[in-house]
Amino acid sequence: MLRAYSVLVYLFLYGPIALIVLFSFNSGLSAADFQGFSLKWYAKVAGNSLMLDALRTSFTVAFSSAALATIMGTMAALALQRVKGPVRVIFDGLTYIAIMVPGIVIGIATLIALVTTFEAANTILAQIWPGDAPPQLHMGYGSIIAAHTLFSMALVIVIVRARMAGMDRSLIEASMDLYADPWATFRQVTLPQLAPAIMAGFLLCFTFSFDDFVIAFFVAGPLNTLPIYVFSSIRRGVTPEINAIGTAIMMFSLVMLFSAQVLLRRASAPRKA
Amino acid sequence: MTSWSEPRAAAVARTASAPVDVEFRGVTKRFGAVVAVDDISFEIPRGSFHSFLGPSGCGKTTSLRLIAGFEQPDAGEVAIGGRSMVGVPAYRRPVNMVFQHYALFPHMNVADNVGYGLRQARPKLDRAEIDRRVAETLDLVRLPKMGARRIWELSGGQQQRVALARALVNRPTVLLLDEPLAALDRKLRRDMQIELQNLQRDVGITFILVTHDQEEALSMSDTIAIMRDGKIVQFGTPQLLYDAPANRYVADFVGESNFLTGNVTATHANGASIALSHGPVLKARWSAAGDHLSAGEECVIAVRPEVIGLWPIGQAPADLDVRRQGQVRNRIYLGDHTEFSLQVPELGELMVRLPKSDPLAMSLQPGDVAEIGWRADQALALRAT
Repeated sequence: MLRAYSVLVYLFLYGPIALIVLFSFNSGLSAADFQGFSLKWYAKVAGNSLMLDALRTSFTVAFSSAALATIMGTMAALALQRVKGPVRVIFDGLTYIAIMVPGIVIGIATLIALVTTFEAANTILAQIWPGDAPPQLHMGYGSIIAAHTLFSMALVIVIVRARMAGMDRSLIEASMDLYADPWATFRQVTLPQLAPAIMAGFLLCFTFSFDDFVIAFFVAGPLNTLPIYVFSSIRRGVTPEINAIGTAIMMFSLVMLFSAQVLLRRASAPRKA
Repeated sequence: MTSWSEPRAAAVARTASAPVDVEFRGVTKRFGAVVAVDDISFEIPRGSFHSFLGPSGCGKTTSLRLIAGFEQPDAGEVAIGGRSMVGVPAYRRPVNMVFQHYALFPHMNVADNVGYGLRQARPKLDRAEIDRRVAETLDLVRLPKMGARRIWELSGGQQQRVALARALVNRPTVLLLDEPLAALDRKLRRDMQIELQNLQRDVGITFILVTHDQEEALSMSDTIAIMRDGKIVQFGTPQLLYDAPANRYVADFVGESNFLTGNVTATHANGASIALSHGPVLKARWSAAGDHLSAGEECVIAVRPEVIGLWPIGQAPADLDVRRQGQVRNRIYLGDHTEFSLQVPELGELMVRLPKSDPLAMSLQPGDVAEIGWRADQALALRAT
């Protein structure tokens, strides 16, 4: 009974995904009627310039926000190490809230905040600008990268801090004892020790940004990221082409997540020194 | 070792003629309400092997960390090689430490671990010079040609040697050892003790060891500081601590003793008469390093198991000051000697250690009755705390 129940749950969870993968190889036009194996939809995707533009946008956004989030998140984790007491509790709370708040809330909140700020800033800019064409702040790469960075930074903080907690403190003392000043110790001991976690954090941020639809939908402005493109295409009907894109995105994300997992696993593997 | 070249002369200010390598002047260190090190002062002469000995929480590790620079004293001053270390961070002190769990860098191989300290030198040392000295030091700790190994490929004993090499390669003024042998098995520990001693003689660096293992401290050290509650109870050579403990705590910590508690009833030229709690009055002499107590004070008579003799009934020599009959309760054969515990009327349970050569060592069995006794000049009258 329990087994049958489990099978049903997994079918419900993964059945649709398996169908999408299957129909991405459909030689027919319909997304519901499998007529034979073919890679023609993948070829079609590869020739779709709108899709390629969206893909390029997604990569740019994912890479930039992941890089920023990794750098700032790592710095935050390092700095928070020395913060104690109520300040620390507040920061920890904010970090976890950033992860738990639903994407749609972040999306709407960021949209409202940015639109309000941009309007105010644009008014001021128009008044103080000496030339005829004052620069206009608007939604685009900046807003979407900022929103993704803020969200992913919390992930990096959590991952890097977990690694830091598992790190042997005496390694730092050993380095100091061997004449390395704090900066040299950071470069030669702390950073190499944290590197797997930092890399894993980067990969996770990249994946989250790459896959994100909700936040991007609100703050992307005129930009089309890949998930936004897929969403708008669906309104014209589900084609095997969409299935092909979905399958490709999924495979890519799985590879990234798997790599992150391997890095974290290797980092935390007990190496008795 | 003759090929040691003077490293990092800039960072390691050595004053070759100074007789004292490490000096504490009224050093106190608190952690919150806990006083880890309580106003201690001592000097450790150049080139000696010194140990801090005591139970956990006695302040021995904090003392070591104060020398290393991981902790700064709340009061007082630490000096190394005649130079005050006030405000000098760990990375500018001419000392190196062997950590309890070695703290080897897992992301580096053996040679990179050993060369770590040399690579920090400014101006930079030659790559070839570093390689040469790393190889030389790996030879010294008997790990030749192991430079390319990864840390986790090494056994515990080998990791220990790498940790030693990583510290020694810098030729520090003082080498600090934080319970370095605790993680090794008994046989290996014995070998490493001998090796450490030989190494210390060879390189002529001051070694400071922290340990809770009295045997380890006794066998390796030139001087030992016995610590309790952040204070040094007694500072001296192993022989002094063994033969002339300052009080019961030291006698208990260094070697083994039978303790008989009572109160001083009368004092003599070099000892006292002590009335034990259950009646008998015994004589004992003052410890050379202990206090002379006055009448009425609480006192402990300490008798080492090896100074107590056992004889067949009626055959004990006449010059014994304490002479009783006791029944053997237990017998432990330990190869070169045998330990007996005897129930003695009025004195309680006493431990006796007979050498293999003693005729009774082999023949006496549990249940047998024997004569037991010692001379008053072999029993020490000590302060009870």
